[in-house]
Amino acid sequence: MTAIGWIQIILYCAIIVALTKPLGGYMTRVFNGERTFLSPVLRPVEASLYWVGGVDEKREQHWLTYTVAMLLFHVGGVVIIYALMRLQALLPFNPAEQSAVAEDLSFNTAISFITNTNWQNYGGESTLSYLVQMLGLTHQNFLSAATGIALAVALIRGFSRSSMRTIGNFWVDVTRCTLYVLMPICVIYTLFLVWQGMPQTLGAYVDATTLEGAKQTIAVGPVASQVAIKMLGTNGGGFFNANAAHPFENPTALSNFVQMISIFALGAALTNVFGRMVGNQKQGWAILGVMGVLFISGVAVTYWAEANGTTALDALGLTGGNMEGKEVRFGIVASSLFAVITTAASCGAVNAMHDSFTALGGMIPLINIQLGEIIVGGVGAGLYGMLIFVVISIFVAGLMVGRTPEYVGKKIEAREVKMAMLAILVLPLMYLGWTAVAVVYPTAVASMANAGPHGFTEVLYAYTSQTGNNGSAFAGLTGNILFYNVTGAIAMFVGRFFMIVPAMAMAGSLAGKKSIPPSSGTLPTTGGLFVGLVVGVILIIGGLTFFPALALGPIVEHLAGNANTLF
Amino acid sequence: MLREIRPAILILIALTLITGLAYPLAMTAIAGVIFPKQAQGSLIEKNGVVVGSALIGQEFKDDKYFHSRPSATTAPDPADATKTVPAPYNAANSGGSNLGPTSKALNDRIKEDVDKLKAENPSVPVPVDLVTTSGSGLDPDISPEAALFQLPRVAKARNMPEDRVRQLVTQNTAGRLAGLFGEPRVNVLALNLALDAAASK
Repeated sequence: MTAIGWIQIILYCAIIVALTKPLGGYMTRVFNGERTFLSPVLRPVEASLYWVGGVDEKREQHWLTYTVAMLLFHVGGVVIIYALMRLQALLPFNPAEQSAVAEDLSFNTAISFITNTNWQNYGGESTLSYLVQMLGLTHQNFLSAATGIALAVALIRGFSRSSMRTIGNFWVDVTRCTLYVLMPICVIYTLFLVWQGMPQTLGAYVDATTLEGAKQTIAVGPVASQVAIKMLGTNGGGFFNANAAHPFENPTALSNFVQMISIFALGAALTNVFGRMVGNQKQGWAILGVMGVLFISGVAVTYWAEANGTTALDALGLTGGNMEGKEVRFGIVASSLFAVITTAASCGAVNAMHDSFTALGGMIPLINIQLGEIIVGGVGAGLYGMLIFVVISIFVAGLMVGRTPEYVGKKIEAREVKMAMLAILVLPLMYLGWTAVAVVYPTAVASMANAGPHGFTEVLYAYTSQTGNNGSAFAGLTGNILFYNVTGAIAMFVGRFFMIVPAMAMAGSLAGKKSIPPSSGTLPTTGGLFVGLVVGVILIIGGLTFFPALALGPIVEHLAGNANTLF
Repeated sequence: MLREIRPAILILIALTLITGLAYPLAMTAIAGVIFPKQAQGSLIEKNGVVVGSALIGQEFKDDKYFHSRPSATTAPDPADATKTVPAPYNAANSGGSNLGPTSKALNDRIKEDVDKLKAENPSVPVPVDLVTTSGSGLDPDISPEAALFQLPRVAKARNMPEDRVRQLVTQNTAGRLAGLFGEPRVNVLALNLALDAAASK
């Protein structure tokens, strides 16, 4: 570890904190339906969308209607992506002449993109036409991100409203989020990325003749416009197979730093939106504080592990850390930091291959996802995931002192706690359950690229990542077989919607309650005590759930590696 | 609830056209005007022939060139399309080795490369980036240490004074941005082009 490395990490955190308040203020205005400086340009587009869809923007929805609208919206998304992938050979914008994608891979990818997972069983440049990348994937990058943010805002309204039946209008929230938040940032961001060297062209792949006379086919495409929303919307699905490690998808150290900022920016700002909407910004900062503690701890472990390298490399006299699967322009620190950020948020873009990380360095990304990606988290998903843990923590604190727990003026009662527990229990059922099935199914075991405990970690990571809608991978695993395509799609679907529906039920129930003023017996939820309590609850629940699985994978691999045992 | 079906179809289609067609096509047009070189892939031409991209690494085997890092990219096996064969620096199918820290295959491969390099230049420790594959398999850079390690071989193969080659390495070394971001690095293709240009003078 170096001083320059730590300065980059600290600078990164400082920029995220500095962006949280102004972005949060802007987003609050957008979701409250107020005018913004972009309204003169965007308001006519917005109004015509409502006209086309027959939406009355003044009419708000009950939580159940809001949820149904969201689900219907996703049905259409699946159909569009699936159809485009199956028919791509017949459609325009296909200069590389990609053939139709197989049924199971198309299904997996369609579920993957509507759930904001962006799991890459597909190969990017070797599988998809430009039309699928744009009309299929880029569009769903926008809409799944907008959906996540809309749902988080709906849950916030549940906390901030008093005795109301409605929690907002889904169509208005999604449209305003896409037009006022995501699109303007992406336009500027795309141009920045092209300036840094990212291609943005509809031209065919280029044939080059190398200095030694060999032929090299260089894949290009409309990369920058997709990467901008891929990062900002914490989607993470790469244009290229190697994702953000590919020099065209992440050309420079600066493009890398800005990409890391764009992963966290909106998720962090949503904590501020929460604070503003419930009437006390300190409530938002406390939640960001919980996220910060967990984040810095993860960065420290991964950075240390990667900089240390492995016993096997040491034995060969190789110093300078574990560079397998990493790019020279990023080095150890920017690769480690990126890995922790992308899994803390539900982004899943990678600028280095997690499969080749050291045992402990690769364990932190795994833990980040298993905790539910609540450390900033996916846009929207992170905040509602964290609020679910907050409800549990408040409940635990209430049990300790024998009072009905309250949070930001709302009594937390049986219904909220049941919904929170449902969401928390479903995730491990998916990633532990499917891992257990896969490791006793010979076809699934044959897909592992590495032998020994590392192979087990590959499978555990695959289901964890898909359940958590992350999309990063221990990519050695050959995921593009029928078994993984189907079970993975189930894990992604359950991981997304069995989290969302309880969260929306909670929103509806909270919105209907009266707000009560804090009394002397109310646990203050803006201070260090509260932050410590939530961190503790997260680690206890998380630790109890997945420690046994980690012991079989990365922990035993670390011990074996130290003894220089190879598999 | 039935009245949610109309927006579920029409708003979806409208937003799909805006975000999936209008936005990427508009960005392609604008980027093509403002940054035409980057938008096309930062291609390098020599005597009217595209010799590569400034951002994409390529394989060098000749002693007179600086070598890139090992690459784990593959291509479909011409004999059997369901299998793949190693194809270093295949820029149409990026990817890493995905071998883990306790992989015997990985550590055997590294040891073999280290032994070869030690035979070539026993006096300097082997830089780690020169024996590990990158995440993309297309890393255009090597560390300055990895360039200096290869310097005696290149100078000898070209019959050039080592000081002259070292000068070219220094000229093609990029530092950290603002002294902070990224790592010092040497673009292998740029360096080799500079070598060829210096030799032809």
